[in-house]
Amino acid sequence: MMTTNTGRSLEDILEFAETLYHDAALSSVRDWKKTHPGRIAVGSMPVWAPRELIHAAGGLPVSVMGGGDDVEIIKGDAYFQSYICHIPRSTIEMGLNGSLDVLDGMIFPSICDVIRNLSGMWKLLFPEKPAWYLDMPQSFDEIGRSFFRGELLRIGKEMGELAGHEITAEALKESIAVFDRNRALLERLQEHRLNRPWMFPISEVWSVIKAGGFIPIEEHNDLIEEYIAAAEASGRPPIDNARVILVGSFCERPPLNLLRTLERSGCYVVDDDLSLGFRLIRGSVGAEGDPYQALADAFVERSREAAFLYREGEKGKELVARARAAHAEGVLFCAPSFCDPALLDQPMLVEAVEKAGLPWTAFKYAENTGQFQVIREQAGTFADSIKLWSVA
Amino acid sequence: MNTTAKKDRSMEIQKAMLARHYKRLAEADKTGDKCAYTFVPGNLTELMHVFDLLPVLPEINALQSAMRKKSAAYISTAEKGGHSEDVCTYVKCDLGMSRSGNLGPTGDPLPKPSILLLSYTGCFTFMKWFEILQREYDCPIVMLHVPYQADGRPTPEMRQYIVKQLEKKVIPALEEASGKPFDIDKLSDLLRLSARAEEDFVQVLDSAKHRPSPIDAYFGGVYYISPIFTAFRGTESAIEYYEALREEVEERVRQGQGPITPEGELIEEKYRVVVEGPPNWTHFRDLWKMFYDEGAVVVASTYTKVGGLYDQGFRHDPSHPLESLADYCLGCYTNLNLPSRVDLISKYVKDFDADGFLINSVKSCNSFSAGQLLILKEVEKRTGRAGGFFESDLVDPRYFSAANIKNRLESYFQMIEQKRSAAQPAAGDAS
Repeated sequence: MMTTNTGRSLEDILEFAETLYHDAALSSVRDWKKTHPGRIAVGSMPVWAPRELIHAAGGLPVSVMGGGDDVEIIKGDAYFQSYICHIPRSTIEMGLNGSLDVLDGMIFPSICDVIRNLSGMWKLLFPEKPAWYLDMPQSFDEIGRSFFRGELLRIGKEMGELAGHEITAEALKESIAVFDRNRALLERLQEHRLNRPWMFPISEVWSVIKAGGFIPIEEHNDLIEEYIAAAEASGRPPIDNARVILVGSFCERPPLNLLRTLERSGCYVVDDDLSLGFRLIRGSVGAEGDPYQALADAFVERSREAAFLYREGEKGKELVARARAAHAEGVLFCAPSFCDPALLDQPMLVEAVEKAGLPWTAFKYAENTGQFQVIREQAGTFADSIKLWSVA
Repeated sequence: MNTTAKKDRSMEIQKAMLARHYKRLAEADKTGDKCAYTFVPGNLTELMHVFDLLPVLPEINALQSAMRKKSAAYISTAEKGGHSEDVCTYVKCDLGMSRSGNLGPTGDPLPKPSILLLSYTGCFTFMKWFEILQREYDCPIVMLHVPYQADGRPTPEMRQYIVKQLEKKVIPALEEASGKPFDIDKLSDLLRLSARAEEDFVQVLDSAKHRPSPIDAYFGGVYYISPIFTAFRGTESAIEYYEALREEVEERVRQGQGPITPEGELIEEKYRVVVEGPPNWTHFRDLWKMFYDEGAVVVASTYTKVGGLYDQGFRHDPSHPLESLADYCLGCYTNLNLPSRVDLISKYVKDFDADGFLINSVKSCNSFSAGQLLILKEVEKRTGRAGGFFESDLVDPRYFSAANIKNRLESYFQMIEQKRSAAQPAAGDAS
């Protein structure tokens, strides 16, 4: 068994990450609050939130990514019609069954109509807890920068009030630096994955990244480093899988077993948007000058292509560039049922990858999908066809 | 079913307005008129008129296609082109229409847009919709991002953000597309005309507080909102239309008459209800008849507020033209948060003395639909009046189940009847 310099083996690391992955009751957050009395834990819905603000308030940023296949929906379905996606119903379920009562507040980013309306539902159902709606600018210029700085400042001020002390510029700069390190480590992990995908399977990589939503960022930084070292040392041999990119899973995520199914069907997922929220900003935010402005500038200038952001004339360009950079042989469009942003984007992205000569296939899922045989057959056929006939 | 609908003067005026508008659109290629495609919520009609741009509203194209029974084929065209069955059918219907000759309601082709004016108010799908259309038409596009009233009120920062976008992005883009300069005095003049029409429009909506209500504020309301929500705000013809409509409605109040429906005048107003959610367009008249058959009148609706909450006091203000446009965009119903929507529906139930409220939950519109089941519970709790819920779609006929909806409505009105009986002393009760 290979171990890292902290003594944890790859198996230990993955067991730790997977335990967090399935910890719908947020035990790790409860433990943190016990050992950090008087400090706040604030949840954020997908896709992206300025977690630096929570950290700078001395709090624990927590990613609320739905209940996956770990939460039985008892009450949540009574709040949503059958044609609404699954993540809001599991989130409401977790709110009503007490799983999220450890959170002192929630952030709802402006990614779609469902998450937007969920912010209002939260205000009605849990009026004692702050529910911030984060209006991300769709104007990617000076006007947007100015507006977004104001949005961040507003939330930062209220976050400070919740924490019982003002967020100072120095504290925010320090938090940005810690998160910049996290962004750099995630990029390093991505490079390793591109170079040796057989050592960095998507199911592991996503577990390790997602763990960052439930533990302090400093610990997450250590975890990523440990994982990279342990996975590199694993000595796993390459097999003849097809290199593919996974697109459309940036909010409601597929079950871990669906990702394993893709691997077993012959795909190396070398890039994905599962972790888009963690990697939305390219490079560092930087801690020079006004930290609120730095965050706003980074978002406006350096956020990646995303279905919920409007950038004229750029649809699909970044996806094709990512595919080229990853030496991807195909694209898997893998979106949740009833996800308007992903599904409305899909035909435009398909057009772009077809123009680029990349093979693709598409299927849908819900976060609690339990049957994978059809997907396995589809992904397997896709991988086989790439191996047999593709010239991409 | 009575097939000869009675036409009032206001109806004739509206018909003539629409005919003139679509004639201009049909002849635009010959006359050189330019047009801008845009959306109903947060529409900047007066601003487009400043540049002599003819408004074309894709939602209206879609709903008219549905009323003319053409939407199924258009949706099918879009789905064959790779669009998911899960997503908004307005988008697919409009896309299918554009790929099938882009024929407007008069049967003439609509002109291609000189510009897409993406007023992004209260609906994320708008953004995707125009991204798709931009690829179809390969034309300029400009986006106005309207922040969401997440905390139940607009802020000065939101207003400033919109005004800056208007000044720096939208107006220059419209100047470029139209080849005409911006004239703020002209905009003010148009907004002054808008405010006059808005005043009469509000009086029409408020008339439903009378018993019997002289109007149906949902099915009938769709016709009343048409000029003010589409191409005619800021025009003399809109003023003429709303003056005529108001006079007719006031006369109906004096005569103690109920609303005019396609089945004829509703003689006995048995139930007064508020309706939340857009109408179904594929079976619009069938659904209206179900209400008519029960003697139900819709006295207030939220759908008739997607293009502005005039009844809550908003008026376009010629003295602050750009700020007024910003306030207008911020205040559209679809840009209100859920608690504000609950407040408004509850207010309608009380102000219009409704027996209850109904939610038509449409599959296509998450902006409306996500959270409606909580709205149902909250409004029931606050008002003590009965709430009902049924599902349909905007323009996809596959999602209209007449038998299910009829059953729901019959059960709902029986429930109201039962509540009334329970509230009255039993026969022979000495008290």
